[in-house]
Amino acid sequence: MSAAALLAETASQHPLGGLTLTLAGEAVVCRPSGALWVEAAQALIVADLHLEKGSFYAVRGQMLPPYDTAETLRRLAGEVAALRPEIVVFLGDSFHDRGAEARLGPDDCAALSGIACGRRLVWVTGNHDPDAPASLPGDAAETIRVGPLTLVHEPLPGAAPGEIAGHLHPCARVRARGASVRRRCFVTDGARMILPAFGALTGGLNIRDTAYRGLFRPRPLAAVLGAGRVHAVGWASLRDD
Amino acid sequence: MSGGASTTSSPLPEPFAGWFAARGWAPRSHQLEMVEKGRAGRGALLIAPTGGGKTLAGFLPSLIDLTERPRPNTPAGVHTLYISPLKALAVDVERNLLAPIAEMKLPIIAESRTGDTGIARRQRQRVKPPDILLTTPEQLALFCAWEGARRYFEDLKCVIIDEIHAIWPSKRGDLLSLGLARLATFAPHCRRVGLSATVDDPDLIRDWLSPGARDEVDLVRGAPGAAPVVDVLLSEDRVPWAGHTARHAMPEVYDAIRAARTALVFVNTRFQAEFAFQELWRLNEDSLAIALHHGSLAAEQRRKVEAAMARGSLRAVVCTSTLDLGIDWGDVDLVIQLASPKGASRMVQRIGRANHRLDEPSRALFVPANRFEMLECQAAREAIAENAFDQETRRSGALDVLAQHIMGCACSEPFDLVALHAEIAGAGPYKDLSWEDYEAVVDFVATGGYALRVYDRFARIVRGQDGLWRARNAEMILRHRLNIGAIVSPAMLSVRIAAGRRAVPGRKIGEVEEGYLELLETGDTFVFAGAVWRLVAVTGTDVLVTPAPGEDAKMPSWGGSKFALSTFLAQKVRAMMSDAHHWRVLPDDVREWLEIQRDRSIIPGPDEMLLETFPRGQRHFLVCYPFEGRLAHTTLAMLLTRRLERAGVGPLGFVCNDYALAVWSLKPMAGLDFADLFDSDMLGDDLEAWLAESSMMKAAFKACALISGLIDQRSPKDRKSGRQVTFSTDLIYDVLRRHQPDHLLLRCARADAAQGLIDVKRLGLMLERIRGRIRHAELDHLSPFSVSVILEIGRQRAPGEGAGEMILMDAAEDLIAEAVA
Repeated sequence: MSAAALLAETASQHPLGGLTLTLAGEAVVCRPSGALWVEAAQALIVADLHLEKGSFYAVRGQMLPPYDTAETLRRLAGEVAALRPEIVVFLGDSFHDRGAEARLGPDDCAALSGIACGRRLVWVTGNHDPDAPASLPGDAAETIRVGPLTLVHEPLPGAAPGEIAGHLHPCARVRARGASVRRRCFVTDGARMILPAFGALTGGLNIRDTAYRGLFRPRPLAAVLGAGRVHAVGWASLRDD
Repeated sequence: MSGGASTTSSPLPEPFAGWFAARGWAPRSHQLEMVEKGRAGRGALLIAPTGGGKTLAGFLPSLIDLTERPRPNTPAGVHTLYISPLKALAVDVERNLLAPIAEMKLPIIAESRTGDTGIARRQRQRVKPPDILLTTPEQLALFCAWEGARRYFEDLKCVIIDEIHAIWPSKRGDLLSLGLARLATFAPHCRRVGLSATVDDPDLIRDWLSPGARDEVDLVRGAPGAAPVVDVLLSEDRVPWAGHTARHAMPEVYDAIRAARTALVFVNTRFQAEFAFQELWRLNEDSLAIALHHGSLAAEQRRKVEAAMARGSLRAVVCTSTLDLGIDWGDVDLVIQLASPKGASRMVQRIGRANHRLDEPSRALFVPANRFEMLECQAAREAIAENAFDQETRRSGALDVLAQHIMGCACSEPFDLVALHAEIAGAGPYKDLSWEDYEAVVDFVATGGYALRVYDRFARIVRGQDGLWRARNAEMILRHRLNIGAIVSPAMLSVRIAAGRRAVPGRKIGEVEEGYLELLETGDTFVFAGAVWRLVAVTGTDVLVTPAPGEDAKMPSWGGSKFALSTFLAQKVRAMMSDAHHWRVLPDDVREWLEIQRDRSIIPGPDEMLLETFPRGQRHFLVCYPFEGRLAHTTLAMLLTRRLERAGVGPLGFVCNDYALAVWSLKPMAGLDFADLFDSDMLGDDLEAWLAESSMMKAAFKACALISGLIDQRSPKDRKSGRQVTFSTDLIYDVLRRHQPDHLLLRCARADAAQGLIDVKRLGLMLERIRGRIRHAELDHLSPFSVSVILEIGRQRAPGEGAGEMILMDAAEDLIAEAVA
């Protein structure tokens, strides 16, 4: 039986929404938003927000909507309101580039302060944002441990069980009924997990891509984001783009 | 020859009169009339049947003028610009134009310029303009974005637009009309000439072509050609109940090809082309030279076929709409239409491909692929005999195209806001452009048109101290020029032969659209470029295949035609169906089929809609027959499904074809109030809610985002790669919809989707038409009519909205099945 099928046996829908899976012995909830909820630690984890991606491209003449930061933070605020976490971990590449923090609008800064209110924020550093935020609430870290889980930006081949990472923006093309659909997804083999990108304008990389090679046991599970729920999809249903 | 004056009193000057006489020709009346219009400096729209010497009529005034003009002191600019919708056509006309120029030894240089023209020639053309330049709408747009455009075209006397009926009602036509308006600024006395095949309403084209009122463009009509002879193949094998391949009739098609000198075999999709080609070669005992031509084949392969055709060395070409337009192949004496033509006007065009040069009637053979198509072919045949055509409606220019054009203007030279608006109002489709919309588009070009004004300092075009607008920098200009055009080509994958044991990409055999192979799995076989291949892998932009000769290729299902059945033809089909006297023109088995339908269910009246309900298996079915084409039916099915859900019958799925749609559910639907179910109020909130989420809307948005320049189709960094779009336009769409629902591009996308993708207007008219005229037949089992659509179940992809979630649920169930196995 595949890793995915083993996981699927114990998977369940969480009462607040999302798919509960067991990761290195710890129960984690894959939320339809793309956030991960670790109930035991009251920790909410989001990866790859890429804030200010729109304005990054606008500088270069491609006028992407300037609403991506507002949209990403709106969704994050929704998760915070629903789950009331004690800690929110940003899993790196929270900002699209080093100049992004300076381009944040006042409303977006205020939204971040609101999210920070009454809880701890941890900014794990990523390749797009190797420096900690200069003026925003929260602490910076390269990694952080939550119970048996280790949170880092970039997944490392051969890492110990319990690693949760982002960086790759996993996406799945799921096929059934003679058609296919492409969605963001969590990917896990029960030992480690990669989170989907949470940013509103962040694209995805198919989890069948070679970039994922060596990170998981064969045939991992894709927890695919759907409308209001997360679907556990096995390797056999996945396709290349 | 028809309508010619005698050669002795020819109003043509020498050497033209002599040239005609030497060939034993007399100029036709419309050719002379076009010469007069040219001398008078008048714009003209020439409507003449194919084969009427139309192209020459367009060029004659320019040839005469160029021959008679005094030698200029300074090198002259372009005198006549000829624009054709097809790259190949511009090449072909160059050939046809060069022949008379050479034979009369005229001191005229005519050259073509397309996307395929080499760099050296392009550069030379810029420095030393030809007298007559033959090109495409996209090249004109490129010229308009060039800093030398004004000087290059200041001597322009005439613009000729060939096949104008095929360009004007499209975004390409919008872009072209804006280019024409620009040319009018550079060369105010330049006249416009349109060449068109027969159309229902020439005034629409005159409105489009004219810089002002339509009477600035005179209408010139050629004598009608001989009426075409159209036959419908009454196959000895029985006509199938369903399907689109016409496999049953292939031996007879082959016989028809064998009896003809040269035949064009038109099909509606690329898959059909591959299939028919394969089938014909299976039967090709005489090894007739039968070739294949469709848009997915590599360009060099298509050129080869075109060249062989021009040489007269082919007996038949199986082709799609890529050969709809007027490449002049005099030897074609038979046009075969496999599966239904879908529209009368397009069919007349296709038939016109036969006997291009002769005043003999064109010959055509319709080969219906199923029983409804038999009705449709008969109706099309009668429409052609009555000279009746599909109707078009007036066009309003698309704003995404306008955005592209405005950026192009800024790349060419600084512009004044007011002057440019006046210029644009001279483009037919933009005559009614409001100042508000214009400003919104300029704002979009500059900063993306966002209510949140944070991008002002990054603007692509900026207003200088002189009050004029110009492109911000050279990079903006380069990027714009790379992305010109109003055709959004789907990302293409190269089909390559997998070489060696490690299956590395080898020789390229063609290109396919992304999504073309969606229904195939690795290891499946399929036909492409006339051979059978096995799909090995898709890596990046390459589809790797190995030859699989002799294997029975899996045929992915295709949705019949991408063209919807025209309203006009649908109406004729309904009328024919309801009139039992009319049935005798049909073959026995089709007539019997109608009779059984009449006995077991109902034959609806011409304005009625038949609705059948019946149980089948564990499901309950509702089948209705609006005859409005697949697009309108799909929209209708989506909306019905929402209502049926609310009615609590538990709809499970639906399927559509051009004639009918079927919905199936858990609970019976016979007791529903159908007047209520089909009430046109469904086009209100339900439509809005569905449309916003629909994949059609997202596809429309993507096209608008690319055309308008919001995102680049190609970037300077990777000019050659196939996958150019770096952003998910779906994500942009979602963000924009939430944060600025009235954004210009969302408006554009909504308009496009409503018009082209879901046919809302047509659906609305249909709902009006059937109000109070729904005929319900409650049946015990399926009816003869319903078979065609019921057989499509399982062959079509899961349809649109909600399908995404269904796919995910199904896939999740598969995993659970694996877990509990």
